[in-house]
Amino acid sequence: MSIKIGRRGVLAGMAGAAMMMSGAAAYAQETIKVGILHSLSGTMAISETTLKDVMLMLIDEQNKKGGVLGKKLEAVVVDPASNWPLFAEKARELITQQKVAAVFGCWTSVSRKSVLPVFKELNNILFYPVQYEGEESERNVFYTGAAPNQQAIPAVDYLMSKDGGEVKRWVLAGTDYVYPRTTNKVLEAYLKGKGVAAEDIMINYTPFGHSDWQTIVSDVKKFGSAGKKTAVVSTINGDANVPFYKELGNQGVKATDIPVVAFSVGEEELAGIDTGSLVGHLAAWNYFQSVKNPANAEFIAKWQAFTKNPKRVTNDPMEAHVVGFNMWIKAIEKAGTTDPDKVIDALPGIEAANLTGGVSKMLPNHHITKPVMIGEIRADGQFDVVWQTKDLVPGDAWSDFLDGSKDLEADWVGKKCGNFNTKTGKCG
Amino acid sequence: MPRFSLLCALLLACLTILAPQARADVSAPLARLALDEFAETAKAVDEIAASGDAQAQAILEALGSARLFVDPATKAVYRRAANGDAFAAATGARVPAPPAGLQTVRVNNRLRGAIQNAVGALTLMSPDPARRRAAAESVFRSRDASVLAPLEAALKAEKDPGVAQLFAQARAAVLVAAPDSSNEVRIDAIGVLRARADINAIAALRSLPAKADASAKSLADDAVAAIEQRLRLLSHAQNVWYGLSLGSVLLLAAIGLAITFGVMGVINMAHGEMVMLGAYATFMVQEAFRAYAPAWFDFSLPVALPLAFLFTGLVGVAIERGIIRFLYGRPLETLLATWGVSLILQQAVRTVFGPTNREVGAPSYMAGAFDFFGLSVTWGRMWIIVFTLVVFVSLLLALKHTSLGLHMRAVTQNRRMAAAMGIRTPWVDAMTFGLGSGLAGVAGVALSQIDNVSPNLGQSYIIDSFMVVVFGGVGNLWGALVSAFALGVANKFLEPLAGAVLAKILILVLLILFIQKRPRGLFALKGRAVEA
Amino acid sequence: MIIRHLFARFDRAGLLFMLIVGAAAVLVPLSNLLLPTASPFHVPTHVVSLVGKYLCYAILALSLDLVWGYCGILSLGHGAFFALGGYAMGMYLMRQIGPRGVYANPLLPDFMVFLNWKELPWFWYGFDMFPFAAAMVFLAPGVLAFLFGWLTFRSRVTGVYLSIITQAMTYALLLAFFRNDMGFGGNNGLTDFKDILGFNIQAQGTRLALFSATAVALVLCYVLARWMVTTAFGKVLIAVRDAESRSRFLGYRVEHYKLVAFTVSAAMAGLAGALYVPQVGIINPSEFSPANSIEAVIWVAVGGRGTLVGAALGAVLVNFLKTWFTTGMLAPYWLFLLGALFIGVTLALPKGIVGAVHEWSDKRRARRKAAAPAPQPAEQGT
Repeated sequence: MSIKIGRRGVLAGMAGAAMMMSGAAAYAQETIKVGILHSLSGTMAISETTLKDVMLMLIDEQNKKGGVLGKKLEAVVVDPASNWPLFAEKARELITQQKVAAVFGCWTSVSRKSVLPVFKELNNILFYPVQYEGEESERNVFYTGAAPNQQAIPAVDYLMSKDGGEVKRWVLAGTDYVYPRTTNKVLEAYLKGKGVAAEDIMINYTPFGHSDWQTIVSDVKKFGSAGKKTAVVSTINGDANVPFYKELGNQGVKATDIPVVAFSVGEEELAGIDTGSLVGHLAAWNYFQSVKNPANAEFIAKWQAFTKNPKRVTNDPMEAHVVGFNMWIKAIEKAGTTDPDKVIDALPGIEAANLTGGVSKMLPNHHITKPVMIGEIRADGQFDVVWQTKDLVPGDAWSDFLDGSKDLEADWVGKKCGNFNTKTGKCG
Repeated sequence: MPRFSLLCALLLACLTILAPQARADVSAPLARLALDEFAETAKAVDEIAASGDAQAQAILEALGSARLFVDPATKAVYRRAANGDAFAAATGARVPAPPAGLQTVRVNNRLRGAIQNAVGALTLMSPDPARRRAAAESVFRSRDASVLAPLEAALKAEKDPGVAQLFAQARAAVLVAAPDSSNEVRIDAIGVLRARADINAIAALRSLPAKADASAKSLADDAVAAIEQRLRLLSHAQNVWYGLSLGSVLLLAAIGLAITFGVMGVINMAHGEMVMLGAYATFMVQEAFRAYAPAWFDFSLPVALPLAFLFTGLVGVAIERGIIRFLYGRPLETLLATWGVSLILQQAVRTVFGPTNREVGAPSYMAGAFDFFGLSVTWGRMWIIVFTLVVFVSLLLALKHTSLGLHMRAVTQNRRMAAAMGIRTPWVDAMTFGLGSGLAGVAGVALSQIDNVSPNLGQSYIIDSFMVVVFGGVGNLWGALVSAFALGVANKFLEPLAGAVLAKILILVLLILFIQKRPRGLFALKGRAVEA
Repeated sequence: MIIRHLFARFDRAGLLFMLIVGAAAVLVPLSNLLLPTASPFHVPTHVVSLVGKYLCYAILALSLDLVWGYCGILSLGHGAFFALGGYAMGMYLMRQIGPRGVYANPLLPDFMVFLNWKELPWFWYGFDMFPFAAAMVFLAPGVLAFLFGWLTFRSRVTGVYLSIITQAMTYALLLAFFRNDMGFGGNNGLTDFKDILGFNIQAQGTRLALFSATAVALVLCYVLARWMVTTAFGKVLIAVRDAESRSRFLGYRVEHYKLVAFTVSAAMAGLAGALYVPQVGIINPSEFSPANSIEAVIWVAVGGRGTLVGAALGAVLVNFLKTWFTTGMLAPYWLFLLGALFIGVTLALPKGIVGAVHEWSDKRRARRKAAAPAPQPAEQGT
């Protein structure tokens, strides 16, 4: 950690033969480098660019406070271009070439899966800020987004309650990939456990970027006409949401008849829709911009000043980065070094204030505690929090409702293992 | 439900005594509202509905549409009209300068439902027929027995036969569901519901209590079966409609490509980005309307159309003059250059407008749906179909009856001969490419109504557009029309059977196999032009 | 004799190309292992895996040039063959994980366990054996290409129609592989590999071996492609490219020639994919995306269509630029640079870099022969 290797120009020989490294100059001013691995182009840029900006802001703020361990932080931005193998390549470059102390990045599960082996091999730290399907706990990854038990299950509980409308019939609609598949598996098992009959659950999958929702929305209407209160649990991903909500609005599916609760629709997504006809549809997150709280107000003001846009919204994964970043800073201060091994050991147990008034804690399974909130869409594109958990909910890496994983448990402090099997009493 | 019996009593009172007496003051429930807690708000809604106060309806409606505010300092409650004027909630007196820092009284879905029911019952006698219809629908869905008496009174007083029918149906729904209806009444009501014959009627029929008479039960089952049979038949018509609507979107996206690719032979990979630019042009126009003429927002689309056409047309001409004209005769290389153009355009839009979706609003005539012999037809989709056909026909006419169209056809059939006859072929090329791009821009205006307006918009249409043109036969506009609608309808008939993903895969496989059978598409050009 | 015969098939550029890639296969691992880190000639491990990836792309580009440059088949779906080869290798690597997955299931890969699959789907059988998987690397794309080509060439689908339906093919496969019900891991694809042929996949030695194998494979593919295009068979291919109907009238079974070239090319793309997967550590349906296939076409065009060496060069060059542009200050603007590069190359170097060099050296030679007037090189049709 004593010598900083400058950016080495890579000189590729014409047919890839003569590879050389040039220049290994040391910087005069020592900095701690932070890698930012978010897509700035391609299909995921729509979600990830904001996270890059929020990281730049956080690093800027920290430097104004004097950095950490007496050194300034330096952001290293790369663009993995929504291309999964490129994520792995860029992660390797950040760690080996740029010598970053930690990386904040990824959005999709596949991008995380793609960089995982790199982080394990080169022993570095990744902070992953997005809600995901769970079923994973790695030593080098800290999951600051929601696990299924911090989002999906409380949302369903709310809808089954009196305030949520005592829903008896469920449409589980999602994009066909791992997160919706797993979440719906968990929900299906959970609902059946609560006595919901199989014919009262309809599961539907659509491709990425699906834009013609006429058939599916009319099917949902049909399914909802059986005389029982019906709700849609939507794990529809990013781009497909706008046409989905537009179709819901046009076909007159009102939240008072068939509410839709979404797990991937936040303030950013709604910024692209006229929400007038969507008032009352729901979203489950761990943070909403509309939460009234001094810390949140301050963050929003800073963010809007940083982006020079007084209308710029904030969202849940941004808050996850805020919490993750603050935890990392505290862990570095605690460990007195940025050495990944020491920081990984220091992180569990670290507490950092979140933006909704609570204090989140990093758990031994590398997930964090979070409040769960249900928000209803307002006409201005924000959410009204209509329900929230009293206490923070600890993230559970392995779902208790799936056969393969209910015996598994992650504990990187005591057991030093991400998949401890409580039945066999050993790892894996 | 006690609140509805209260309500019922109140309504009876209203009906018998013309001037409603203020039996309870709304100030107590308004104080509850000021607390802004859902449980308190729920109580307040019941109390306001039962109060008989002249302001009750206005307060409840304002609450339901988030236009009821509380001043956190004084706990006074205000409501705003849709145009923004403020009133004191308790008295209905206009407040010209309401205090600053008013906070909205929040409601959730359950409250919204309760408010809807309460307002529905209060507006059964409204002078506005549209509100009476809404009230009837609301009672039809809530099936609340306590509203029966006012409903029957309203039914008697009703002059409009359409509304009267709705009232009768609402009454039937209430009677079927009510536990203490007599068997004959139920059987009559089942008949009324059977005649209504839609999804909501099924829901009402299924609400028949379990202890109902066997004869009523079997009648209800018959009615449900009959309605379901009718709905099954209807669903085929519905599929055709959805297919036409999907087809019109495909055609819109592909029609410009049918010009640039079909007629000129340029593999324009930037075509999707032209669509995207059209959508962003719409966004810009709407922003201007929002800023300067919000009252005229409905005119934003008609204004955006020519502007989007001109803008993307000019971009197209620039691309043709700057790049493509050097590549004629090398069609596959246009693919590479236009791919580069598409990367640049995408990133340019991302840099200027940001990577997130932009909001393009729907004018009032594009929103909502109407009922067409049992088919639910959304206005937006219908206008898009109409619009597509208008664009298609005008394009055909333009190609046939304008001198530019004549020149275009001459150049595409035999460039050298056309040049020899004195046609300025470079000018025609530029205009043709501009026309194709302009059409893409116009498509963008329409697609902005149903899809994301983001830098990725074009990418999602480019492959489908190429499929449409190739399936229809390159260089043939009618082919594009037939192929777009055929692909749309086929997709929509496969979707219920195989799911959305498999349907799309099947369509692609069928397309590949079809090309084996007819290697030049549905309507192949014949003659010399074939060996291009 | 044989060697001289063989050498006669290569032009100077080809020999130079084989020499450089062959030398890289030996020298890069040696430099990585033997030279100290500080040495300017030391090649760090991450550069090795990066260049290894470029070389895989080079094989893909080579395979594409074989059909596009010499046979006139513009395939916008070659990424599909690449991905199929990759999936075949990925399935082998997945089976090698065995009970070391997070759920410790000896038979089922992790993604099947957490989606409640009870038994291994039939098409996963055999992939635990390397020879079978290796055969599938060539067979899966080869058979698909054969069937597709057999249908398509027989019904004389040509030109843009062919291009568009190859695109439809890869698009359909993309959608199919995204489906979790297909049993290929859906969007997450196959990942978290442990070892290949018993060697730890993350060990430095394995990486270097994979790199060398890729370089050797590139040379072998080049030799095969060069051999194909310089024999009588290749002459017919070129005839088909330049005048398909005329070749048919001359009595050649055009579709057979095309079919052989297309199938060989697809198998070659499959090999590229198979070498790619262990080096990048993931295979996922996005490899099927039509944009990837178009990009491969662009590599060939940048390097020089119909030159083989140019295709490989283009692939390495474009990907090197992509790596370079996507880091640091340039990151938000790299698409502008890449887009401008494609436009610039198409306009300024219509024959690609290698084509332009050829043209230039031809002209120089012609000038040297000063006596005779320089003949204009014949335009090649598309």
